[in-house]
Amino acid sequence: MAVGRPVPRIDAVEKVTGKARFADDVSFPGMLHAKVLRSTRASARILRLDVSAARALEGVEVVITANDIPGENACHVVEDDQPFLADGIVRYHGEAIAVVAARTRAIAEKAVGLIIVEYEDLPGVFHPVEAMKDGAHQVQEDRDNVISHFRVVKGDAAKAMETADIIVEGEYSTNYQEHAYIEPQGATVVPNADGSVTVYATCQCPFYVQTGVAQGLGLPLAKVRVIQTVTGGGFGGKEDYPSLLSGYAGFAALATGRPVKLIYTREEDLQCSSKRHPSVSKFRTGVMKDGTIVAQEVEYILDAGAYVTLTGVVLFRGNAHAIGAYDVANVKVDSYGVLTNRVPCGAYRGFGSPQIIFAGETHMDAIADKLGMDPLELRRKNALGIGKRTMTDHLIEESCGFAECIDEATLSSEWGAKRAEYDAQPLDVRKRRGIGCATIYYGVGLGATGKVLDKSGALVQVHADGSVLVAVGTTDMGQGHKTVMAQFAAEELGIDVGRITVIEVDTALVPDSGPTVASRSTLMSGRAVMDGCRQIRERMAELACKKLGCDEVEFAEGQVTPKGGGEGMAFNALALQCWLELVHLAASGFFRTPATSWDEETGLGELYVTYSWATDIAEVEVDMETGEVTVLSIVAAHDVGRAVNPMAVEGQIEGGAVQGMGYAMMEDLVSENGVILNPGLNDYLVPTTKDAPVITPIIVEHPYPRGPHGAKGIGEPSLMAAPGAVTNAISHAIGARVNDLPVTQERIVRAIKGR
Amino acid sequence: MSFTFKVNGRDHTVDPVGETRLLDLLRELGYTGVKEGCSSGECGACTVLLDGEPVCSCLIFAHQTSGREVTTIEGVAGDDRLHPIQQAFIDVGAVQCGFCTPGLILTSLALLRCNPDPSEEDVREALSGNLCRCTGYVKIVEAVLEAAKRLKKGGGR
Repeated sequence: MAVGRPVPRIDAVEKVTGKARFADDVSFPGMLHAKVLRSTRASARILRLDVSAARALEGVEVVITANDIPGENACHVVEDDQPFLADGIVRYHGEAIAVVAARTRAIAEKAVGLIIVEYEDLPGVFHPVEAMKDGAHQVQEDRDNVISHFRVVKGDAAKAMETADIIVEGEYSTNYQEHAYIEPQGATVVPNADGSVTVYATCQCPFYVQTGVAQGLGLPLAKVRVIQTVTGGGFGGKEDYPSLLSGYAGFAALATGRPVKLIYTREEDLQCSSKRHPSVSKFRTGVMKDGTIVAQEVEYILDAGAYVTLTGVVLFRGNAHAIGAYDVANVKVDSYGVLTNRVPCGAYRGFGSPQIIFAGETHMDAIADKLGMDPLELRRKNALGIGKRTMTDHLIEESCGFAECIDEATLSSEWGAKRAEYDAQPLDVRKRRGIGCATIYYGVGLGATGKVLDKSGALVQVHADGSVLVAVGTTDMGQGHKTVMAQFAAEELGIDVGRITVIEVDTALVPDSGPTVASRSTLMSGRAVMDGCRQIRERMAELACKKLGCDEVEFAEGQVTPKGGGEGMAFNALALQCWLELVHLAASGFFRTPATSWDEETGLGELYVTYSWATDIAEVEVDMETGEVTVLSIVAAHDVGRAVNPMAVEGQIEGGAVQGMGYAMMEDLVSENGVILNPGLNDYLVPTTKDAPVITPIIVEHPYPRGPHGAKGIGEPSLMAAPGAVTNAISHAIGARVNDLPVTQERIVRAIKGR
Repeated sequence: MSFTFKVNGRDHTVDPVGETRLLDLLRELGYTGVKEGCSSGECGACTVLLDGEPVCSCLIFAHQTSGREVTTIEGVAGDDRLHPIQQAFIDVGAVQCGFCTPGLILTSLALLRCNPDPSEEDVREALSGNLCRCTGYVKIVEAVLEAAKRLKKGGGR
């Protein structure tokens, strides 16, 4: 059995020996190095762009501006509004204006410094609420700043509100979060003799890169091949952005006929790659004295930055998670995505839902405070479960381990005893402790509005020696995807995981499999791999039956044996026989998403194929004078359907919890008038070994029948409950609510003083 | 000015331009297990051992290593088997994306050479200059403690 076991990563040896080839480790003869010139203004007209001195510099091979783009100066994400290179106008600080390719990185850098840009400053708008006002500066001349609006209307929230015993209101905000993958963005583009290009990129979504590069270079899709390099972390940050970057390298490669490498510095990466959208939200909730929530109204606003990128779909997901994992009959949600003259925001682990879940979970504790009720009890009271309906009226009929998550986390964290103990702490001590919880649900897969992308292909080949090659269209960016795919293949073919090789994505081998996002890859590509393996197994079984003189065979432990017993043969021997007798030993597997539905007017429908569920409980200690927080522990219980690789699932839960903790209290990207003031890891602080708490991952398994062996998704849910759990614990410790992320020391001290 | 230094026991005579960083020199020499994550000494991905001490190779000029000995991740494993630290990283699941892994393993190697029996606190202190964004550090700390145990049992160097 390969599925369900903590199989070590199949790519671990090359990673612990330093042999794995990441984006910057790829190299070609005659390769040039590129550098991008970026805007130093957040909103301005370009009056003059003079690249002559850069072009004349010894060692510079080409300088590309908007005028030199062979295809369309637009990089498709959801829309086509974002140019590769600014053409006459810049809309955010750090926007790309020109690309230089030179013999060395140093020469390219020097050349960028020789480019002259004269700007005429334009008005700018730097906060989404400001941008929504009448008369606000229009970020894109031909359209309103509000670029998307989604709603959910279920029941009659206004009327139900009148029946409530109390009404609780709250306002919440969140800042950017930077992915801070340790490997910066980068790609190398190689021009080929037939006019095609091959792109080697660190990326999550090779098919997005293929689309973007084809568009910018004016090539048919078939002439753009994308090969993913071993990817040093993504977390959403390598979803949309690599298309732009690969385009820059591609322009220079096509113009010079030479391979061109472009690797970002950390500063550049922090300044201009996509971030988690900042948000503001308002909650209004009608509650009965016993804790029953009868109505909830939410307004949710996301700061898109200067271009649309993924904002509409990010907003859709946030909108669909605004009420949280609760059974609320009367719901009204309005969500807006708004342009500003700031860096474009995109995907980040959770995709628009961590912001609103933080707000909602903070609000739940505010309600519990008002009612004098235990926060976990309030959640239990309103929890979704089998037979209940989500905020979009989706009837939950299967695969819901929510109650078990709450119970397991309660037990493991000793919630009741700790809560009472910390409640009894004297007010005037220097260090106070608190314990807090948050619960979530998360729609797995792309959902109703993304379903055209929600498919996955796989190529499976059994070789004459019985070894197996698997190629899929979704990427391993560190989460262990390749290993999990190998486990599925091994399980289907009844052989050892060590016989399976899984390669990085190559768009020439598999059909467009959509993006590696939405916690969808285990589910989608898992089913595609199983499909491919089953096709080959059937053909192999046919020959095996002939050889063994039986009607049916079983594949297990490297042997193929007649069903019911008897002499069998080794899988390897059968593979060789198949090869000799011209059996087709390759197959293209495919899986398309199960059905979803959505009504645009009401927002109601069966939005996602299934849901993952989780409860996090965090314990903190706060220094009441300095506001310094130590997170002591996080217990995180997750219903993942089925843990295909429990060790990898734990890795996701632990890593996600710490990233969520960082988001809650440490990570503070400061932006003033659209300029990011701390684009470096020395002052954008992410958690270190000293900050990370003890983490207790708890795996709950309520299988999803259409998932591979019952698996759902864990990549994003792992992060999402942590921010609320940590900040609710801080609020518990200090005896005052904190409603804005990140909960910095200054904010904590202010909250303590305001008690 | 040309100088000679040792990398993983092998002599290299080089003549880099004045401001060349050790990081770039090593990568040019083919030691691409040395990773560049931030260029400012914050992330630890470019960690190598200089005369046995962990340093950020992005903060050191190449010529500062004249006559000295550098260990990169390529020099950690034996000819036919992994170092117990590398093996422990694999066994407990401490590797995810792997970009920080070389630096973490080298820092751990330096720690266990001077402190073969570290507490969890010691490990967390020693590794605090190596950022990992994937794991939450749980399994990394566990791997180093496990490696210490294995090395004490006589698995190691």
